[in-house]
Amino acid sequence: MPTTTDPHAAAGDGTAAAVPAIRFENVEKRFGDNVVLKDLNFEVAKGDRVTLIGPSGSGKTTILRLVMTLESLSDGYIYIDGEPLTHELRDGKRVARSEKAQKQIRKRIGMVFQQFNLFPNMTVLENIIEAPVHVLGQSKAEATKRAMELLESVGLPGKANAHPLQLSGGQQQRVAIARALAMDPDILLLDEVTSALDPEIVGEVLGILRHIAETTDITMLIVTHEMQFARDVSNRVMMFDGGRVVEEATPDVMFTNPQHERTQAFLHAVLGSGDGHIGTH
Amino acid sequence: MESNFEALAEAWPRILDGLWITLQLTLGGALLAMVIAVVLGLGSRLHNIVLRGLCRAIMEFFRGTSLVVQLFFFFFVLPQLGLALPAMVCGILGLGLNYGAYAAEVVRGSINSVPTGQWEATTALSMSKSQQMIRVIFPQAWALMIPSLTNYLIHMLKGTAIVSFITLADLTYHTEQLREQTDTFFAYGVSLVIYFVIAYILTLIMNALEVRAKHRLGRGESLREALTPKTPETAAAEGGRKA
Ligand SMILES: Nc1ncnc2c1ncn2[C@@H]1O[C@H](COP(=O)(O)OP(=O)(O)OP(=O)(O)O)[C@@H](O)[C@H]1O
Ligand SMILES: [Mg+2]
Repeated sequence: MPTTTDPHAAAGDGTAAAVPAIRFENVEKRFGDNVVLKDLNFEVAKGDRVTLIGPSGSGKTTILRLVMTLESLSDGYIYIDGEPLTHELRDGKRVARSEKAQKQIRKRIGMVFQQFNLFPNMTVLENIIEAPVHVLGQSKAEATKRAMELLESVGLPGKANAHPLQLSGGQQQRVAIARALAMDPDILLLDEVTSALDPEIVGEVLGILRHIAETTDITMLIVTHEMQFARDVSNRVMMFDGGRVVEEATPDVMFTNPQHERTQAFLHAVLGSGDGHIGTH
Repeated sequence: MESNFEALAEAWPRILDGLWITLQLTLGGALLAMVIAVVLGLGSRLHNIVLRGLCRAIMEFFRGTSLVVQLFFFFFVLPQLGLALPAMVCGILGLGLNYGAYAAEVVRGSINSVPTGQWEATTALSMSKSQQMIRVIFPQAWALMIPSLTNYLIHMLKGTAIVSFITLADLTYHTEQLREQTDTFFAYGVSLVIYFVIAYILTLIMNALEVRAKHRLGRGESLREALTPKTPETAAAEGGRKA
């Protein structure tokens, strides 16, 4: 797509690896008069696992929803693999991209929601093969075979014909993860995927995500309150506050030696411990 | 009293003819109303302001004008404009448009009550607008709209009685005839019983549809289970299972 590429992407060393998977450029998001994100710039490299942390209302969910095109962008640009997602700069003007162009990019992005959002009018298997068959055009046999493998890998091999509502929250979330993976996304967005779960089943879902992180090269953008999980899975942590990135670092640095006082205060509050350290084993 | 039943036996074939007309109007009207309800209900959610406005205007128009006048218009005025339709077609058209306009609001409301998370999941899976609606949203909205649609269906059944104004000899027309050979109490009593039985059967059918639609969403028992008479043991077992 030569006409619609990220002008900055080509400025690198010219190799494909230099093009970030996700790039926010001067992004602004308003809800009415409420400016949630302002002049936001950041990049997520291909294969990166980035965790967003920050106080409630800082705009973490909004960032994921913008990438998934669930919210409209008020200003600025988002590039996916160097390609503009919803808006592009054409002849010096910011113009919206066609629904068709957006859909092509959206197909490469998957999202897992806090509330699972499985389709209750379909069985578990139907939930997983729905989009591969009807969006990607796979044959039913092919999609079913892959769905069975995915169900196996999330530990639910016997649940293909169950109804979503017959499953526990943890099981539903594992199906939702399988459903997202069935689309073979390049980018996976995870918004507090364990917040609606009972504490004792949080571990099983995080274990599966950890396994995906270890065995695939999917770029992940993660919002979580599970700092241990952030530490295990991500290679970069970004601290948000007031709609901006106040600090970004590797998890080791971020959780043991945060530089910014906002980060220190936030981590102190969520970790609830005197020294703000976790997982220093 | 005996002569009443003799008269009823004598009039019975004609009453059955009238019943048939009433059923044709009810079922034809219901089918047309459903199509119109879906078209207008979906249309009134469109982004395009012209199409949306048009759908809303049609809904308001047919809800805001009386069914009798609409029937008169189709039957007496359209022929003058060169379009003469059979009385049955006029009846179905009038009932379908009128109740379709009401039911459109039910369709629209039910679609709006499907949780936004469902829409968002379809977007995250890159489903197209029509796939979203046909494969995910409408099947869920359907279970929500059945109770209100049942209500309108029963209203429509009763509403069919006014078609005798446009020369159709329906159930009401023939029981009215019966009144001349019997007495008011008897004839209207017969009429009440027949309408009640049809309404009851329609309600049972719609309830079965609702049970099935809910079961498909993983809520409640299947239709087969619902229809199986419960012995104390199975009921107890079920209670035990739920507990
Ligand atoms: N649909 C909406 N309409 C209006 N305001 C919204 C909407 N969605 C989010 N907001 C506002 O945007 C701000 C950021 O919300 P967001 O959900 O992104 O925060 P968050 O960082 O995910 O918070 P949390 O940790 O509580 O999930 C909040 O002030 C919220 O009130
Ligand atoms: Mg959030």
